[in-house]
Amino acid sequence: MPVFGSFSLLLALALSAYTLLAGAFALRQLAIRGRNRIPPERLAETARRAGIASFFATSAAAFALIWAAFTNDFSVSYILHHSNRALPGAYKFAALWSGQEGSLLLWAWLLATYGFVLRARHKVDVRLTAYASTILAGVQVFFLLLLNFAAPPFALVQGAVPADGFGLNPLLQYPEMVIHPPMLYLGYVGFTVPFAFALGALMMRYPGEKWIHITRRWTMVTWLFLTCGIFLGAHWAYSVLGWGGYWGWDPVENASLMPWLTGTAFLHSVMMQEKRGMMKNWNVWLIFSTFMLSILGTLLTRSGLVSSVHAFAQSSIGSWFYAFLFIVLAVCIFTFILQRDHLKSDHKIESMVSRESSFLFNNIIFLAACFTILWGTLFPVLSEYVQGNRVTVGAPWYNRIAVPIGLSLLALMGLGPLLAWRSSSLRSIRRNFVLPSIAIIATAVALLAIGERPWREQGSLYSFVAFSVAAGVITAIASEFLRGAHVMKVQTGKNVFAATLLLIQRNTRRYGGYIVHFGVVVIFIGLAGSAFNRSTEQEMDFRQSMRVGPYTLVCQGYTQDTNPNYDSEYAVLDVYRNGKKVTQLAPEKRFYVASQQVSTMVANHSTLAWDLYVIYAGQNPDTNRPIIKVFLNPLVAWIWIGVVIVIIGTLVALVPNLTTVLSPARARQPAKKPARQLVSEPATLRGGD
Amino acid sequence: MLSKRLRSVLYLVVIAAVVAFGAHAADTANGARYQKLGHAIMCPCGCNQLLGECNHVGCSYSDKMRSQLAASIDRGDDDTTIFRAFQDEYGPTALAAPMFTGLNQFSWWLPPIVLLLGIGGVFVVVRRWRPRAVAMPTPATDPHTLVLEHRIRMETGGDLRRETRGDSL
Repeated sequence: MPVFGSFSLLLALALSAYTLLAGAFALRQLAIRGRNRIPPERLAETARRAGIASFFATSAAAFALIWAAFTNDFSVSYILHHSNRALPGAYKFAALWSGQEGSLLLWAWLLATYGFVLRARHKVDVRLTAYASTILAGVQVFFLLLLNFAAPPFALVQGAVPADGFGLNPLLQYPEMVIHPPMLYLGYVGFTVPFAFALGALMMRYPGEKWIHITRRWTMVTWLFLTCGIFLGAHWAYSVLGWGGYWGWDPVENASLMPWLTGTAFLHSVMMQEKRGMMKNWNVWLIFSTFMLSILGTLLTRSGLVSSVHAFAQSSIGSWFYAFLFIVLAVCIFTFILQRDHLKSDHKIESMVSRESSFLFNNIIFLAACFTILWGTLFPVLSEYVQGNRVTVGAPWYNRIAVPIGLSLLALMGLGPLLAWRSSSLRSIRRNFVLPSIAIIATAVALLAIGERPWREQGSLYSFVAFSVAAGVITAIASEFLRGAHVMKVQTGKNVFAATLLLIQRNTRRYGGYIVHFGVVVIFIGLAGSAFNRSTEQEMDFRQSMRVGPYTLVCQGYTQDTNPNYDSEYAVLDVYRNGKKVTQLAPEKRFYVASQQVSTMVANHSTLAWDLYVIYAGQNPDTNRPIIKVFLNPLVAWIWIGVVIVIIGTLVALVPNLTTVLSPARARQPAKKPARQLVSEPATLRGGD
Repeated sequence: MLSKRLRSVLYLVVIAAVVAFGAHAADTANGARYQKLGHAIMCPCGCNQLLGECNHVGCSYSDKMRSQLAASIDRGDDDTTIFRAFQDEYGPTALAAPMFTGLNQFSWWLPPIVLLLGIGGVFVVVRRWRPRAVAMPTPATDPHTLVLEHRIRMETGGDLRRETRGDSL
């Protein structure tokens, strides 16, 4: 099987190289109207088919590695180092992305899959797809070169083959790790598609904004994957690392957040290009940056440039990534300089108080957030270079610099959608802003009344601002829904729920976007709760109790367990509230036999108000008594609820509008007298994709 | 009049209360400061966690560092002295954020400057792009125009500016 895998990778490289070279040659011939013995159209078609074939070759290589993991083929060095016989099946599958070679293979396979879909749907726009396919093949060639020559996943063990493997990193043996990395990679890799389309459209001087329509769903789906990947990672960190938090501003976490921020900025600013033909330069650079930040993220994870607790697979392939980043940047700059006259704006911003300027401010804040995170991530490297010593840039720095930027983004999220395109009159501002302003003030007063003192410390101030602004944004979103639903109700005579549903169906993109915004506000509320985290630690013997907030924990005992994969030691704790038993928790400490490493399994009792987060920290070496650490983390559940709302909103925005779906059917039918509600429907309620 | 002995007892009670309250307040303040500083120092054991959050039993660093931190606070050392002491003993990576010294100041100032420059840039761009009002020769006395303007005002509620509300996303 290792031979089959290696051959598949080599074949995939040959096919991708053909797609790149033949595709580029054919497109050049088409551009200069040159003619050869083989017509360029036919050559481009062969390149497309080679690209499709490279998907099958890469899939075969990925299959070969998974097969080797499941058959315990420890002659493959990668399997020896990332698996063992007792490892459960799901984690053997996850071994594919638990090390460097495997995760690069996952990159290549996902890229080949995206390429397969893109090439199979080439009839959307044959020429533009040919450009995108060729650019995609260029990226694919880079990853396949790495896999064939720098980090081969099928390298064989030298000498005698051990009877068992060294096992998977214990931190990765958690259910979320089976889906978190693929989600994140789907996000990272997915941004290659809009990047390829944007670069292709610029190279061929594609007329109009159709490439944005073609790539809109790609971008949104990719963004959704990246969002899910980031929050699955946060949930994994919360459940496994056992320090009571979900985000530690680790360089690898930051690496995933940076393309997310620029990608989100792109999703917003691209609307300006669609609707008003503005910000073309800006959008092109946003998507270029998003792709390059995805590559930079992989570089940070893989190269060891910055130290990270998450960098599970470090090596010396950084120089390959530097070279690739340099080539990508050079191609982007060269194409931009050559074709920049094609990116002239059709319109200009007419007023400071308009939807356009709010998008511009939104973009600036997103980019400032991205720059802050990039700066914080790379500053230790800069410091070492200039001062000769590496400093740490950790949570206190980010809390002081990045959190205020996040809060201003939250405020703008409520403000922007209330402004009109082109220009907003003072009257409309007054009309739209009264309710949200009242909500902000009322919430602030209520918070002060219940005892919150924002001037005491930084965390309290942030949470105070976050709760107050969140109330304003929720009010703004709700009033948008209610206003539209009221109009719909008057026109159709339906009840308010049916009218709201119809409203969403009529303009899925707009109202899906509002739902996403609502989800983000809910996430902010959950994050703001962290200002009130409490923790306590105690040595607990049998029948001893510990009190945290409204809960009392009573130790029922300690026990040990063993299975082929790990030995475990855990505490059994009864949890009481108001004298009534609410649950039993069993925080655990595991010792993995193959890797000889220890891991924590947190026990968590989650409610909407707070999480009771319990860690069995092990035994005190002096007293031999078990130590239990307990956190009471308010509002954490709302973060995960917010993510679900964001997913729902994005899915709604991906659904075509009802009017768009119905219009082709209507066009086929003989003309009828239109229904009253469709005739009198205001422009604001019509779908605008 | 209170007797001398009673007054002395009252004084003692008041002094004891003040001392007890002061001690409690100092304990509380020290506890809060310990928490704050514990979250500004890194545990150097390789766990990449803040000292206040390192949960590794038997960690060769965190217990010792916590004792040092508590001792420094009890001695009444100020934050800078404590940070410098930790930096000297455990290296510059011992602090969770750079101090306001030398190049490190740059780490704190650059992001807000970039943000402000960006916002300023938007203002400049919008002001430059905004179409300037050009005086147009209008036949103000044309009765047809006046009637038309009056009608527009009536129908639009006096607001002649174009206003369109479209999709938000």
